[in-house]
Amino acid sequence: MTTTISDLIPPLMVAQAAFVLMIVFTLAGALLAVIPKKIVHNILGLALAMFGITGVYLYLGSQFVAMMQLLIYVGAICMTYIFAIMLSPPLEKELPKRNKLKVITATAVSFVVFIVMVKMIMSLKFEPIADIARDWSIETIGHQLLTRYFLVFELISLLLAIAIIGSIMVASFVRKRN
Amino acid sequence: MNMTQLPIIKDIYGFLGPDLLVGVVGLLLVLIFVPLNSAFLVWVERKVAGHIQLRPGPMEVGPHGILQSLIDAVKLMCKEMITPDLADKPLFWMAPCIVVIPAIVCFVVIPFSPVMQIRELNVGILLIFAFSSISGLSIMMGGWASNNKYSLIGAVRAVAQSIAYEIPLLLSTMSVIIMSNSFKMSQIVSDQSTVWNFILQPVAAIIFIICSTAETNRAPFDLVEAESELVSGFHTEYTGMRDALFFMAEYTAMFIASSMAVVLFFGGWHGPFFSGIVWFVLKAYFLVFVTVWIRWTFPRLRFDQLMNFAWKVLIPISLLNLLVTAIVIKVL
Repeated sequence: MTTTISDLIPPLMVAQAAFVLMIVFTLAGALLAVIPKKIVHNILGLALAMFGITGVYLYLGSQFVAMMQLLIYVGAICMTYIFAIMLSPPLEKELPKRNKLKVITATAVSFVVFIVMVKMIMSLKFEPIADIARDWSIETIGHQLLTRYFLVFELISLLLAIAIIGSIMVASFVRKRN
Repeated sequence: MNMTQLPIIKDIYGFLGPDLLVGVVGLLLVLIFVPLNSAFLVWVERKVAGHIQLRPGPMEVGPHGILQSLIDAVKLMCKEMITPDLADKPLFWMAPCIVVIPAIVCFVVIPFSPVMQIRELNVGILLIFAFSSISGLSIMMGGWASNNKYSLIGAVRAVAQSIAYEIPLLLSTMSVIIMSNSFKMSQIVSDQSTVWNFILQPVAAIIFIICSTAETNRAPFDLVEAESELVSGFHTEYTGMRDALFFMAEYTAMFIASSMAVVLFFGGWHGPFFSGIVWFVLKAYFLVFVTVWIRWTFPRLRFDQLMNFAWKVLIPISLLNLLVTAIVIKVL
């Protein structure tokens, strides 16, 4: 019996280290998304936080949700934000000072939301699943979306369609006025 | 002599275990392959461009100039890396580091032959799409951080273009995926053992090739670095090895896009006489050659033409193609 690498470094420890790393990414990204004054740094912080969440999904064994997270939140949403924000004032200009009242209100609101969400998560009893050997997420999500959550799914796509039509209307009004 | 009988290899195999050994060796091979492949493709590009324009291209270093790009790489490594005064320094430094991540990660799931794949994932295709979106992010970082109007315009164009062309790219891939019923790349390849998907899905294949050309910012969709109007777009301010990293990422993305096209539409490793890897590499490099050929044949599109083409032509056609595929599969 020869020594293997899993004797020296147990796989569970590697997984936990990766989990901690991803949590650090998420929190660092979240802080970067709020604290710096340059707005492009904020968006990149958001992208980093989303990347960290991708890692958490992978740790939880759902590859499909992880890839979707990366594809949609980093690849589409952050990119669209950036597209809008890239036309923000250039670097060498003086940045406007922060309104203290706004900062305090925002902190208070996010603190309350944080408390409520922590309470909600704590009130749920998590039970370990018997078998997570295979990747069940694609099939399960597909079935759930087209059976149990069918109405929600359809309503969300309706909402998105309305949002698209609305933005086209707004854009064309602005163009006409000019 | 059988390689596995060597005691040292046996020891390493026993120590690391099969999964980790494949990972380590595979990633090392990828790290060697990525720069060499880009050097080779730069040479191919210059050679093909030369012959299309009735001139020989690079001829001096090595037979038919094949060592030219290696010499160029040495030159680029020796050059000073200049950071503009008003640039956003951390982002300016990070952008070329981040741009090579997708170039390396995407190789993990590409099946070069039935056995030559670093890691089989259930979501292989999605992994490639997800990580290629990071390269768009780094293009934008580099363009914005340079604090230069040409870079910024190049980056804005890159973002708009990659958002527009990602949709038909995904839709055309979806029509193959609902045929194979899997996101696994090896599964999709083994489904094509008799008939290639190119014959069953010609529309999707053509849309895929057009969109992957646009996603890798190649002509006629190279408005991101349109040299006649934007100097060189988002990497105008980059010098030396940083600039070379952007180039490396671009050429690697070209190879990855061609490999994806091979996997999805051109039968992957299937082919007579030779083993799988030979066929795969031949097909991938042929598609790369086609992209180079397109670049030196077609003029660049105007930006509004580019956007109209994506939103008004490619997306409706690919949606229709997906719908027809779904109906045909359900009826048959």
